[in-house]
Amino acid sequence: MKTIKEINEKIKKGQAVVVTAAEIIDLVDKKGAKKAAQEVDVVTTGTFGPMCSSGAYFNIGHSKPRIKIGGGTCKFNDVPAYCGLAAVDVYLGATALPEDDPCNKVFPGEFKYGGGHVIQELVSGKDIRLEATGYGTDCYPRKKLSTLINIRDLNEAVLFNMRNCYQNYNVAVNLSDKTIYTYMGLLKARLGNANYCSAGQLSPLLKDPHYRTIGIGTRIFLGGGIGYVSWQGTQHNPNVKRTDKGVPCVPAGTLAVIGDLKQMKPEWLVGTSMLGYGATLVVGIGVPIPMLDEQVAVQAALKDEELFTQVIDYSQSYPQMIPGSLGQVSYAQLKTGKIIVQDKEVATGNISSYSKAQEISETLKSWIKKGDFLLSEAVAGLPMADSGYGCKPLNERPF
Amino acid sequence: MISKRIVLHFPSRLVDQPIVYKLVKDFDLQFNILKAYVTPQEEGLMVFELIGEEENFNKGIEYLTSCGVRIQPLSQDVIRNAAKCTDCGVCVTICPTAALVVDPITRKVLFYDNKCIACEHCVKICPTRAMEVHF
Repeated sequence: MKTIKEINEKIKKGQAVVVTAAEIIDLVDKKGAKKAAQEVDVVTTGTFGPMCSSGAYFNIGHSKPRIKIGGGTCKFNDVPAYCGLAAVDVYLGATALPEDDPCNKVFPGEFKYGGGHVIQELVSGKDIRLEATGYGTDCYPRKKLSTLINIRDLNEAVLFNMRNCYQNYNVAVNLSDKTIYTYMGLLKARLGNANYCSAGQLSPLLKDPHYRTIGIGTRIFLGGGIGYVSWQGTQHNPNVKRTDKGVPCVPAGTLAVIGDLKQMKPEWLVGTSMLGYGATLVVGIGVPIPMLDEQVAVQAALKDEELFTQVIDYSQSYPQMIPGSLGQVSYAQLKTGKIIVQDKEVATGNISSYSKAQEISETLKSWIKKGDFLLSEAVAGLPMADSGYGCKPLNERPF
Repeated sequence: MISKRIVLHFPSRLVDQPIVYKLVKDFDLQFNILKAYVTPQEEGLMVFELIGEEENFNKGIEYLTSCGVRIQPLSQDVIRNAAKCTDCGVCVTICPTAALVVDPITRKVLFYDNKCIACEHCVKICPTRAMEVHF
């Protein structure tokens, strides 16, 4: 048994033993969970995939004379931000699109530039065009503002993502006889391909399936900088079908995360365009798992062969909210490049980058080893499977 | 026999002439057209695989050049921008010739430009637009 305090003491002395979520698998295989738990202090996870419920809020500073953008309009490089806040606070969402984007009017739309792209450009230090309007008040008389802004001049630039890091995700296929364009990528007709989106054995919430160490206040790698888990993510759904090892085999838990955008890096926050679907942001997240005891080691050592997910039809089942899986597959099967669905061999593609997830777990490992990154105690847990917390569909009540 | 994938640029004055036909008739070459169009500037662009005996092949290329057709190998035209690619691998199931594959060990995406037929399917579906075509 170790405590986070003890582990932090070792980190400060540069003596902590840190391994990635891939490395712990071999270690537990060779030495057993008990020995591995004694030897290792921290396991680092990582994931790098499109996460649509991401965005950033800014305080742009007060102009002279003052303008009340709150209740007005605000655009960054033509991409509109949410202004229903105080005078110069705005929130830019990853999927926001310029008003003149043709969207899917010419199908499939390309969605070349959206909120996610603005966030990446801001982080990379580029000047951004800000155009804002206000209705004018006695204390905020100005009605129009057009200026270049740069992230270094903003008072606050904070990445705040209300749902990231899904604990497991569907494999998407298309049973219909025409190509479809989804957030899971282009899906060719009649089971032409199968797209999945998870780092599998590196993915944070798959390696701590009962949220034993990951909770509110957990310090994490976020977008190349340091961030925190701020809450359970939206649609957090812990009470789902789990394997006998306790791991969800459908999408389950999620995280809301927050961190200072100014210290993040453009290679870990990447503006992304999904053909026929929309713009979004690929977010890099790495969560450290403190090796408190043998049970933590057992779960952190779960490998792709032991992690399962469901194959879902995105032509009918998903859009029409018709429950049903076409089968369960492991991440090890998905990584071979083909799976069998309805007796047909189907080629698989990942939307989430495993190699980047690996890079994140290695980066976080090096930060901890150098003593630059201490673990934090969660101040509250995430709702667990027996909490009664869940994700419900909308019950429509027409009026 | 040799076989190469080539991009031909026809200046507008040649667009209405049956140049490729001569490759078959006079030089005994086979070709498989992968892409062909006339741009708004009325320049003709054709991507094809040219197959034949080496001597004939070289003569055919010489003939095309003498007519004023600009020639370059296809591999120079489709490029994977390594700075933009995140190695996710969503392109591999879309590529019809397996020119894009995931390395089973490193899980990084590999691009074999010699297998590419410039269909451009990957260009639009790449989430970070890392596949670029420079005809």
